[in-house]
Amino acid sequence: MNNLEHNALLRLQNISVKFDDDQILNDLSLNINEKEFVTLLGPSGCGKTTTLRILAGFVTPDSGDVLFEGKRINDIPPYERQINTIFQKYALFPHLNVYENVAFGLRVQKKSEEEIEKTVHEMLELVNLKGFDKRNINSLSGGQQQRVSIARALAVKPRVLLLDEPLGALDLKLRKDMQNELKGIQQRLGITFIYVTHDQEEALSMSDTVVVMNGGKIQQIGSPLDIYNEPENAFVADFIGESNIIDGVMLDDYKASFAGRVFDCLDKGFNKNEPVDVVIRPEDVDVVPVEKGMICGEVTSVTFKGVHFEIIVDINGFKWMIQTTDYEPVGAKIGLFIEPDAIHIMKKSEYSGMYGDYSSFSDELDKLSEITEAEDE
Amino acid sequence: MNKRSSLLQRFVAAPYVVWSVLFIVIPLIMVIYYSFTNGDGDFTLSNIYTLLEPEYITLFLRSIAYAFIATIICFILAFPLAYFIAQTSPRTQKTAMMLIMLPMWTNLVIRTFSLSNIIADEGVINTILAPIGLQINIIDSPYAVILGMVYNYLPFMALPIYTVISKLDKHVIEAAQDLGCNKRTVLSKVVLPLSKSGIVSGITMVFVPAISTFYISAKLGGTDGRLIGQEIESAFMSSADKNFGSSISLVLMILIMISIAIMNKFSDDDEKGGGMIL
Repeated sequence: MNNLEHNALLRLQNISVKFDDDQILNDLSLNINEKEFVTLLGPSGCGKTTTLRILAGFVTPDSGDVLFEGKRINDIPPYERQINTIFQKYALFPHLNVYENVAFGLRVQKKSEEEIEKTVHEMLELVNLKGFDKRNINSLSGGQQQRVSIARALAVKPRVLLLDEPLGALDLKLRKDMQNELKGIQQRLGITFIYVTHDQEEALSMSDTVVVMNGGKIQQIGSPLDIYNEPENAFVADFIGESNIIDGVMLDDYKASFAGRVFDCLDKGFNKNEPVDVVIRPEDVDVVPVEKGMICGEVTSVTFKGVHFEIIVDINGFKWMIQTTDYEPVGAKIGLFIEPDAIHIMKKSEYSGMYGDYSSFSDELDKLSEITEAEDE
Repeated sequence: MNKRSSLLQRFVAAPYVVWSVLFIVIPLIMVIYYSFTNGDGDFTLSNIYTLLEPEYITLFLRSIAYAFIATIICFILAFPLAYFIAQTSPRTQKTAMMLIMLPMWTNLVIRTFSLSNIIADEGVINTILAPIGLQINIIDSPYAVILGMVYNYLPFMALPIYTVISKLDKHVIEAAQDLGCNKRTVLSKVVLPLSKSGIVSGITMVFVPAISTFYISAKLGGTDGRLIGQEIESAFMSSADKNFGSSISLVLMILIMISIAIMNKFSDDDEKGGGMIL
């Protein structure tokens, strides 16, 4: 873990927040290093935005401390923090033009007119809005407005930039471009970015560190690779990418029993015969003829996804999702071959049994739930 | 299709057109006609010349000054009030706005009459203050007229400002705080400029009735507080000189139009500079 305590720039210690009777954050602790790109990832209502608002100073935690360079800043108002926010809906000043929006923070700081002009032009160039100075905010597209809000926040030279689903309102193509640009800006300026999103792909592709949250608690902190390959529990495994999560038993080190047989694996350190959750990613399973398969089953649905086919296979009543480049028709009997390094063993958690079975899976439902989630935020 | 909808539009608009012609256009033409004629119907400018006498100039200036002062006081009172109410819970907001509107359920004449009783030399306030040896004698003075204007027209200022402030995007205010604004600078740099449209309509809605009022000044102003509105009333009512009354009305209307034009110019300028959402 790269959150070494001694050089952490920002520290949240045992933060709890309640709104009315809802426990929004529950004893949350997190360290954030200088120049780190940290993403808070989770479904709506997981507390990620509240965490961000605590860092910005808009929410005061009921208990726990917020430390900036080792100093407690719980009671420091937002306007005295070297932390700035990019709001989801941009929150630009509608009565000011592009130039004045970017200059806003500098004018509050009573900087000289020359310095303001220099900084504003620098920032507009940084976000590719050169020459937009006099433009009216309402005449800009969503992407351009977001660029202005990035320039506006960066103009005051913050130590930490908080981004609250900044790309949520943009279309897919623009979102991808902005992801690259944001990452580029972060690396060039060397500012700590704390990024909130419910889009796991965005989190994995941009971050140094991903913090997966659910129910007001941190589920896992790690690099994108760690989070994907070594999920800590069924929630993380399911939320990040697709996962088959199967009930299993750890017979011994490197020996796991699930789906009716014993597999070799690379995990150890569990008790003998400890019940566990087994994660197998759909892309890690090889489709083979029945006689060569370690386990076999019948294809119940096939969806063409472009690069691969997504097939659902019924194996003794448990439905697996497999991604393969070979077409298998519905009703075909196929064998599955699973390498030891494709198997990831997790301790049982409160999320065991809730995720990872594709028996009720439908593409359409998946998309629908994504849409409602985006609207909720 | 197009023709049908435009026919429908005309049909729907018809009552309003009839109304406007009957009660706005024709009376306006009559006012202009009477202004430039004498009792026999002959063309004359004497009505207008009379208005250039110092006596009437004073009345016009006084009306403008009182309305101006009352408008400013209304703004100073209403803006913080509206801002404060907009910060409270939706329930409190509803109650507070109702309390502000409540006096409007009573007729202006009755409210002004009550106010004159309250501030009269032998009135409620002085009766209460008498035991501690204090007396406030403001009835029949300019102070009483301005007090009456503020008292009667405050809701017209508070309401539009509240409406605009309560609709301000709270994220914009947070963004200002985020960029270094404390409570005071948030107000001056963001809330105030963004509520300009409400302020402009509030100012119009207070200034216009205040400049032409006659009852408030008649009831509270005595002889020192006489306003141009009273002159119009007495021209029509006591001296039955509708020509002179019309000419005062006409000049007053022009004065009001000029004030509104100046006010609109202020808000238009903003639109060009930064784009106010109305």
